[in-house]
Amino acid sequence: MEDSPATNFQDLKSTQTQNYLHDTIQVPDDLQANVMVTTLDKVYNWSRTSSMWPLLFGLACCAIEMIATAASRFDLARFGMEVMRPSPRQSDLMIVSGTVTKKMVPAIVRIYNQMAEPRYVLALGACATGGGPFKEGYNVVSGIDTYIPVDVYVPGCPPTPEALIYGLLKLHKKVERQSIAKVSWYKKNTSEFIPIPVLGPDVFDPRQVEMIREYTLGAGAVRGPAAAEVRVLPQLLTADQKAHLEQVRARYLAKVKQPA
Amino acid sequence: MFGTGLLKGLGITLKHALDTFADDRKHVPSRYQDSVKGGNGRRVIEQPITQEGLLTIQYPEERRLLPERFRYIPMLIWDTQANEDKCTACGICAKVCPPQCIWIVRDMDANGKPVARPAEFYIDAAVCMSCSFCVEFCPFDAIKMNHDFELAVYDRYPQLVYDKAELTVPVEYYAALWPTQWAAEEEAKRQKEAEDKAKAEAKAKADAEKAAKAASAAAAKPAPAAVEAKASAPGEAVASNGGVVVASADGGATDEAAAKKARLDELKRKAAETAKKRKDGGA
Amino acid sequence: MTELVAEAPVVEQTADAAYPYNNVVPGAVIGRWAEGSDPALVVAPDKLIALLTHLRDQESYDFLSSVTCVDYSAYAGKARAGIKERFDTVYHLYSTQKGGGHINLHVRVPEGDSVPSATSVYPGANLQECEVYDLYGIKFEGHPNLRRVLLWEGFNGYPMRKDWKEAYFEEENKPFKNRHPAEGYFWHEDKLPWGSNSTYPEGWDPESWQTPISYVPVSQAPEGLGYDSEKSNVGAVGELDTQSIVVNLGPHHPSTHGVFRMLARIEGETVLALEPEMGYLHRNHEKIGERNTWLMNMPFTDRLDYINSMSNNLGYALAIEKLANIEVPERANYIRIIMAELTRVVNHMWSIGFILNDLGALQTPALYAIEEREMILDLFEAVSGSRLMCNYMRFGGVVRDLPAGWLEKAKYMVDTRLPNVLDELDRLITGNEIMMARGRGVGYLSAKDLIALSVSGPMIRAAGVPYDIRKAQPYCIYDRFDFDIPTLPESDIFARYYIRLLEARESVKILKQALRDIPGGEFLSTRDKYTFRPTEGEAYVRVEAPKGELGFYVVSDNKANPYRYHVRAPSFINLNALGPMSVGYKIADAVVVLGAIDIVLGEVDR
Ligand code: SF4
Ligand code: SF4
Ligand code: SF4
Repeated sequence: MEDSPATNFQDLKSTQTQNYLHDTIQVPDDLQANVMVTTLDKVYNWSRTSSMWPLLFGLACCAIEMIATAASRFDLARFGMEVMRPSPRQSDLMIVSGTVTKKMVPAIVRIYNQMAEPRYVLALGACATGGGPFKEGYNVVSGIDTYIPVDVYVPGCPPTPEALIYGLLKLHKKVERQSIAKVSWYKKNTSEFIPIPVLGPDVFDPRQVEMIREYTLGAGAVRGPAAAEVRVLPQLLTADQKAHLEQVRARYLAKVKQPA
Repeated sequence: MFGTGLLKGLGITLKHALDTFADDRKHVPSRYQDSVKGGNGRRVIEQPITQEGLLTIQYPEERRLLPERFRYIPMLIWDTQANEDKCTACGICAKVCPPQCIWIVRDMDANGKPVARPAEFYIDAAVCMSCSFCVEFCPFDAIKMNHDFELAVYDRYPQLVYDKAELTVPVEYYAALWPTQWAAEEEAKRQKEAEDKAKAEAKAKADAEKAAKAASAAAAKPAPAAVEAKASAPGEAVASNGGVVVASADGGATDEAAAKKARLDELKRKAAETAKKRKDGGA
Repeated sequence: MTELVAEAPVVEQTADAAYPYNNVVPGAVIGRWAEGSDPALVVAPDKLIALLTHLRDQESYDFLSSVTCVDYSAYAGKARAGIKERFDTVYHLYSTQKGGGHINLHVRVPEGDSVPSATSVYPGANLQECEVYDLYGIKFEGHPNLRRVLLWEGFNGYPMRKDWKEAYFEEENKPFKNRHPAEGYFWHEDKLPWGSNSTYPEGWDPESWQTPISYVPVSQAPEGLGYDSEKSNVGAVGELDTQSIVVNLGPHHPSTHGVFRMLARIEGETVLALEPEMGYLHRNHEKIGERNTWLMNMPFTDRLDYINSMSNNLGYALAIEKLANIEVPERANYIRIIMAELTRVVNHMWSIGFILNDLGALQTPALYAIEEREMILDLFEAVSGSRLMCNYMRFGGVVRDLPAGWLEKAKYMVDTRLPNVLDELDRLITGNEIMMARGRGVGYLSAKDLIALSVSGPMIRAAGVPYDIRKAQPYCIYDRFDFDIPTLPESDIFARYYIRLLEARESVKILKQALRDIPGGEFLSTRDKYTFRPTEGEAYVRVEAPKGELGFYVVSDNKANPYRYHVRAPSFINLNALGPMSVGYKIADAVVVLGAIDIVLGEVDR
């Protein structure tokens, strides 16, 4: 290489640091490319992005930063978002702000189901994104996206108000690329209903019942009331059991794919 | 009296509005005139504690001046002078990380022997709690806290598991973000070097003297001289050890340089790839 | 007695009379457990209630601070050689009249045995015993409503037991070995076929699963509606022929300050009974804390009461310093006090704002409070790098010195801004008609009841009890400062609001002195403590956090990880009083009563 590697490397690094220095907001290439944005779309999206009402919904520490964002210093009113609606029926955006616990997740899914389309979800903070520092905990869901679809993830613990606003702007970009002709929510029966997780011995997703059944009642499993005390741990699986698991998973995946 | 509470409240709100106005007047033409710093006409605002009234920061257009100690997600430092990672893959940061979100794969040399640099370095940003322990305990100043908080992505995995290419920044970037601390570190380094040098010189001198003395006094009393020589041995061992390391680096200069270059190229390629991936938002 | 017991260094097995209190409650104390700096008495389970009654009535130990449990089945220290009982229930009692230190009682039971419930002597044991039952499976005999408070009915097992493992379990202790040198990144979700953090017992059939009733039965109101004759607001509901219904508030409800749930039995609009239901933010703080190394817990404490991370840091640091006898340099002590008091101001402004929010003064007062809070958060950020999760204190001091120019800013804040803004809030709120109408005489509970319910902090000071740990048992260097403990006699919503304002003013007073006197010098006495192992023993340290008494109970078996790590969370225990305080008032008042307790869910559920 002719030029000194150091300068060149810095050039490369600027792809990362320019975020910090300039106000570019990146948009997925596919969204950029394939949508012809019409005037109607522009109006449609302009009105939606400038009054995207969030759900007043705080879970944990990140909610405090969300409140700080809504307060006068960072002022969500500048984005038409100051009306935080306590009712899911009236809100467009769910900001999942904080640790999602197993005990709470049925309520969150229920609230999500109650939101009217078009609805968006922003996972605020490490916890909502992927479990965060409490990921290993027995009552913690590793990321809300295991249950409901998430549009934008904002990492950080806690994300500063600016980081949240940046995430919101990214969401605006996403919305701006949608076309009224193509969006799914004007078609029939397209609003997805997410089955509500059930609190059993541990939380379980009704969609996964088949798989769990195969696992707990499958060949080799101990039956009877005494077995309820034995907790199944992945570390303790024998090679046979692991193979069995793989089969279960494959069958499950095949099943999931078929009806679509 | 009914209604006084209402009037009082409105009065206080009015006072805040007027305060804002008055505070603005104090700084003609604008209250943040001194703080225009960022590129692209974006203003970086340092809000004085004496400010009255409204303190809104219009974030995407303006930004708050982050204090130097601000921490978000860690970054790895690339030593641009030596042109290598500062990290030696010692693993201390992975040990102290409370949620255990650092994964370090040690690099191997051609013979499969582990060497003191990371081949891969992962931080799971969806787990990291921004506690800064990794920074505090790194003995080589190789990992620091980044101020970049604009990390929102459209997809979580693997975008938020930062690999080495995404984490690495040149040391100048760090120096720009953390000027005070960087200066302090440099100062400490210089001092330590000077001290080491002085010590080494003093020791060499003392040794030489001792040796001379010992030689001259050898016939008279041989035993104490031997003890003294022993006492000074550890220091010498360290010095000579350092010498050996330097020598070997010098010796294998050409190979090392080639390997380094290859590694750098690899890193660049990865950086470009991951930057693109992140840009795509995992679509 | 066997050889083993004879060898055990700290368990004395001498004649009964040698132990204290055996002359008054014969046979109650059966041993001494004098580890570290915290001497404790071992009590016979069947004599516990008699001893507690004696301590409360005769020795004025009227405040049950903490009830918790330790599972000693994996204990590696020497001090417990020869002791067979697996579980050890631990009680810490204080006196709000005498002040001073605690009495520490241990009740040892083997697995499967139950412990008599302390609720008949100290009603405040209610939620804490529920928690122990929930996490350890210990039954408390005589408890009125023993239930799972943090987890749900039907949950498999008792997670705080040492042999209970979660789905993402990797190793007993951190650091995990596979992080360095690693094979590459490993995604936890790949561990289980369903890609989430849950396990199911073998033989369990999800299709036939019937969720046990998760509703907490709401107990009936006591005789008559006038639960407490001193209450003024009790409506004349009895005249109508009405039927009581159960109203559920939460876990997603704007009035519950997070994910909290209240079940209220109401008749008309009057609350007959009210039960709190929590656990929606149960993040397994203690289980994770026992896997962490000692130091790793420091940033986790930030996330307990996430409005006051500095106070949490302080409490934890003090606990470990007591356990390991670490000296703190002078400057660090001052810095700690400055941070703790700034935190108190932040918290009180925040809570005042949100009490008003609950009263219907939507947002305006809260916005003013938050504005000033932002300026203080800037100070925190400049010092520690983060607005909320400061992670600033270490064992033996603070992690970094104050940056240049910080003290001047802080002085301006304390001398000019804070007095102004507190006066402004005072002017704005104190005389306000709505505040008076909704706050005066609402949510009354007598001081005696509050103490019996283990309520602490501003809540009891608003009931006229001048009890503040900073005075009663000074820690850090609080004894050097000149400040008062404000009290108000009314014990209603208004008093609970106003006491916070007064306390914030006292904090400003302390801050002024601390900023004036702060010396130079060292700020950290020991460095590089990530491999730190305190000697065997236990310690219970409490601090006056803005929300009340925050205690840390730690047991060390001389390993790099805490053997037991328990947090006595003021928000959680103050909720004991929620039901009794709301009964007899309107359902809309229950919301404000909750707001005035000032809870933070991160601390309630941990
Ligand atoms: S990401 Fe951090 S700040 Fe946010 S909820 Fe989780 S622990 Fe709290
Ligand atoms: S970043 Fe520092 S502590 Fe971590 S492996 Fe590299 S040199 Fe060691
Ligand atoms: S900041 Fe803390 S959590 Fe994040 S990588 Fe470093 S040590 Fe781990």
